[in-house]
Amino acid sequence: MRRSCLFLPGNQPSMLQNGMVLACDVLIFDLEDAVSENEKDAARELVSQALLTLDFGMREIVVRVNDMETPHARLDIIRVTEAGADAVMVPKTVGATTVLKAASILDEAEEKAGLSHGSVSLILLIETAMGIEKALEAASASSRVSALALGGEDLAADLGCRRTKASHELYYARAKLVMAGRACGLDVIDTPFTDARDAEGCYKDACYARSLGFNGKLVISPHHLEPVHRAFRPDESEVAYALEVVEAMRRGKEEGRGAVSLRGKMIDLPVLTQAKRTIELAEASGMLGTKRRAPAKGDGEE
Amino acid sequence: MKPKHRTGKVMPTLEDAIRASSLKNGMTISFHHHLRAGDYVLNDVVRACAALGFSDLTVNASAIMACHTPLLEAIREGVVTGIECNFMHAAVGHAVSQGILEQPVLFRTHGGRPAALENGTSHINVAFIAASAADAEGNCNGKEGSSAFGSIGYAMSDAEHADYVVVVTDNLMPYPLTDVSIPENLVDAVVVCDSIGDPDRIMSGTTRITRDPIGLLIADYTARAIEASGLIENGFSFQTGAGGTSLAAAAYIGERMRKRGVTGSFASGGITGLLVDLLNEGLFTSLADVQCFDREAVVSIRQNPRHVEISASRYASPEAKSAVVDRLDAVILGATEVGTDFSVNVHTDSNGMIMGGSGGHSDTAAGASLAVIAAPLVRARLPLIVDRPQTLSTPGDTIDLLVTQFGMACNPRRPDLHDRLVDAGLPVFSIEELKEKAELLTGRPRLLKNEGRVVARVNDRDGDELDVIRTVSS
Amino acid sequence: MKILKKAQAGTLESGDVLVTVKPSDTLMIEIESPVARQFGDAMERSARDVLESMGIYEGAVHLADQGALDCTLRARLHTAIHRALQDYDADVAGSL
Repeated sequence: MRRSCLFLPGNQPSMLQNGMVLACDVLIFDLEDAVSENEKDAARELVSQALLTLDFGMREIVVRVNDMETPHARLDIIRVTEAGADAVMVPKTVGATTVLKAASILDEAEEKAGLSHGSVSLILLIETAMGIEKALEAASASSRVSALALGGEDLAADLGCRRTKASHELYYARAKLVMAGRACGLDVIDTPFTDARDAEGCYKDACYARSLGFNGKLVISPHHLEPVHRAFRPDESEVAYALEVVEAMRRGKEEGRGAVSLRGKMIDLPVLTQAKRTIELAEASGMLGTKRRAPAKGDGEE
Repeated sequence: MKPKHRTGKVMPTLEDAIRASSLKNGMTISFHHHLRAGDYVLNDVVRACAALGFSDLTVNASAIMACHTPLLEAIREGVVTGIECNFMHAAVGHAVSQGILEQPVLFRTHGGRPAALENGTSHINVAFIAASAADAEGNCNGKEGSSAFGSIGYAMSDAEHADYVVVVTDNLMPYPLTDVSIPENLVDAVVVCDSIGDPDRIMSGTTRITRDPIGLLIADYTARAIEASGLIENGFSFQTGAGGTSLAAAAYIGERMRKRGVTGSFASGGITGLLVDLLNEGLFTSLADVQCFDREAVVSIRQNPRHVEISASRYASPEAKSAVVDRLDAVILGATEVGTDFSVNVHTDSNGMIMGGSGGHSDTAAGASLAVIAAPLVRARLPLIVDRPQTLSTPGDTIDLLVTQFGMACNPRRPDLHDRLVDAGLPVFSIEELKEKAELLTGRPRLLKNEGRVVARVNDRDGDELDVIRTVSS
Repeated sequence: MKILKKAQAGTLESGDVLVTVKPSDTLMIEIESPVARQFGDAMERSARDVLESMGIYEGAVHLADQGALDCTLRARLHTAIHRALQDYDADVAGSL
């Protein structure tokens, strides 16, 4: 589940502690943009100690490491792999070259840490025009890749256009990224909404992202967790239908029928996959009474 | 301007009023703290007493604020040798903890203070009442004028019970003042001064909803817990402080009332603009205001008849025939430390230094059907939950629920509440489990015990001694 | 090993600790903290632990603590020492 992927600045101890209780699906400890050049070593050590010591519960732990073109990248990946990160977010990904670099460092890091090959996955942050055009190449470059994420701020700069709230400037990039990611069976995570004080704007932005096929959103402010979860919360009717689909398929299988229909429509594999995805979202949203964790604002009720 | 009146209550200076009051060494003078960090009156009166050569006076104030550090000078000079209050800011508190006063400070509660005046265990010789508007006979209020501070609730009992009552104002209005909070029949003297306080600091700061995500998380859990308790129904009444987290909780409770279509009866205590908004929206039918925390509250109490000024006695006195706190459904309170028996410290910091006081904490905890402590589980490596708080401010059997960002703990004497919280899917733990969670992060703090002499006594609202505070050994 | 050069890590923000390490003939640890009475001993133990694990037996360590958790203290001290050693190596290399 990657509805909400919250960035935490890597060199601020109090913010790292907040990660233990904030209701996000994914925590992204940032060693890149949030950390000044002369504090890269300190942030790497601080995040690693935090990962080794603090209990972040069910949340997926991701570390955004530094650009593969910098000397920090290798040290970052080795240290945070050893400290127990679930995934590494690779910034400024441009095609297979970036992915293969990151993957080969991860090979080394996993061996050093005594982890089995492939334990740590890659999330590719794509934030340049060339990166967007090579999204499919990057997505299919390594079996480690588990998700694509869009970085709209840098992309707008690269495109030479203004980043706006309406975000028409990102239309092509979003569509392209969803297509490339889904073509490879990956999660696709939308760019963050940048106005921390505009929760309703964030909700609308996240609804739009979901309508395009994204299954999550990067989040730069805890105030956006609630609107993002609300946006990814399925309707009661969607959930009811999804449960019916799964039940019909189960019965069909039991009765050994090849083709299953529900409400006069054939159910095929894509429909079942979609239904399962809806049920997962419903569970995460606290709609099915399965308590994955304490309900957070935006989950359940409403 | 020196208007002439038959009764001659208007005196040119504080010194004249003090002389007229026949104040003597060893007597008690009283003050109220509605002007908060902007108050000039307490300092001006103490300075006047010093100039007149008084000594051995006891200052009985509803609260000692940060601006009252000149008191320390008066203490060193022997002008003031005793303090009684319901709250003491660290600026004075630290000096007290280091032993500046020989005689222990007496801490009461906002309800216990008027109760002690009512049953005669406490006596005020001369009360000084700062008013932002007064006429020449002493009819006064805190609602009008450039130094307006709103409700004058804490001073009402002083006016009723003191031997001699001096109204101090910077805004003499024509007789008769129409909006009267304290009437002339209780007032002996009126002193007109240049300014009773610094308007910028009278309504100083804490009354904004927090943006801190942890504070908001605690507020969200708190609102959910109160909803799960089943209390948010028509007629719902509640109180919360002016801290950022409390305000956020109030806003979230407002959201839940709106969604359920509930109309509450009243919100009480220190009143903020946020509660005024809830009143104006129709979510509550009235506000019971003993103190205004911001300008919005001051404007509202002046204009809106549903925004009712109440005395400290009506607010919380256990001696009163009835009090507002006893009609409270829910109250949200803070804490510096919480014991595993749910007892609360709001008087001293982790080193045992005085930095606060009960105010209405233990009054509302005792009165409300649901008393919630909302506080972060860890502050700067210090765990909130301890075996035994440094100072016992509010007894644990009056607290029903503790809410932190890591989850909540229900007092075992409320199994009904526990079950409701669990049913609502809220993260409920035992208080020992929460304590363990915190210590996993912080480590176990070394136990401190201050063994010096007693510098303060903490009375409960009924006037019985709850605890003592000792000098801090370093 | 000994500390041969002054270096710092951390900040004075709440929840952080500013660690300063300096050359000294003996091992000295100085702690300033609002929670020194509760956690001073624990902080000193952690500091000695990190120093030992990094093989440092001589040097002066000053901790200006703002209520940092143990993991933060360890990370900051580690970084400060690393900086002290690395800078020294770089300087030596640079002077050759």
